[in-house]
Amino acid sequence: MDPLVTFCLRMGDTTLILGQQTAAWCGHAPVLEEDIAFANMGLDLIGQTQLWYEIAAQTEGKGRTPDDLAFFRTERQFLNAQLVERPNVDFAHALMRQYLFDAWHLPMQEALCESGFESIHDLAQKSVKEVRYHIDRSRDLIVRLGDGSEESRAKMQGALDALWPYAADLMATDEVEETLAAQGVLPGLDRVRTAFEAETAATMSRATLEIPGTGHARIGGRTGIHTETMGYILAEMQSIPRSFPDARW
Amino acid sequence: MSKEWPLWEIFIRGQHGLSHRHVGSLHAPDAEMALKNARDVYTRRNEGMSIWVVESNKITAFDPDTAEQNFAAPKSKVYRHPSFFEIPDDVGAM
Repeated sequence: MDPLVTFCLRMGDTTLILGQQTAAWCGHAPVLEEDIAFANMGLDLIGQTQLWYEIAAQTEGKGRTPDDLAFFRTERQFLNAQLVERPNVDFAHALMRQYLFDAWHLPMQEALCESGFESIHDLAQKSVKEVRYHIDRSRDLIVRLGDGSEESRAKMQGALDALWPYAADLMATDEVEETLAAQGVLPGLDRVRTAFEAETAATMSRATLEIPGTGHARIGGRTGIHTETMGYILAEMQSIPRSFPDARW
Repeated sequence: MSKEWPLWEIFIRGQHGLSHRHVGSLHAPDAEMALKNARDVYTRRNEGMSIWVVESNKITAFDPDTAEQNFAAPKSKVYRHPSFFEIPDDVGAM
């Protein structure tokens, strides 16, 4: 596959699966205000997915549409980071997953704003404003709930312990990113990890949470290796278009 | 003490030159989060460019039972409206 297509799928699949997981909170978040905020954020992510899939489909040139890419690929063909497919569990897990994603997504989008490839540059210019708000919101909540009551702190620490190993998958790169970096499509990728580490260290310290020091890292999503939850997410997300492929709004 | 988050009144300015208008209320643990919640609840469709939040219990209002003594009198004093002047034609639109 063209490295550019692979990269766009890695980005778009990650925003799609997180958007789908976030959408599941609609009607279930702890308070009405959070419910609306979470649904909003999920919609932002699904909107960004559409942009990534358009670039992928156009570059690929096989006549596939963004909907084809979302609904008619199988688990091994999805290239999202494993972090975003981790289950909702409770609000602490959903929020921690969102924050770790945001802490990577913002520096990533900032780097992509300098891309030499025009449609990626344009996508990033548009998305980065949304992402700045996403992290402002998730960071605030991490600090308030981490440095909150004994119960909220314990829940946030539990979520951080469970999800931290998966953060590595957001930043996993291979020859795809290296090729695109050499072409000027992906400038400044090395800064993304530094920014992620600085952001998370500062925030967890304010939140009185401890980043696990085990060094344990789970990767594989970028090459289509997924955890046990992924099949269920796709089954739910794809069941209607697969049952009724010609259905229209 | 109540475990509910406090209530906040939300004021939004639609565009430059207009004043902030009360649009509704919501719950939030503090002012910062109230702003963020207001952004998500009340400006999803490009409604505003500035938001104020005020904790509801910081607002002082008349007791509705005293509406009569406070608001009834002017109803009979139409002459307080400047609607009895004849505007000369060359003044144009006021």
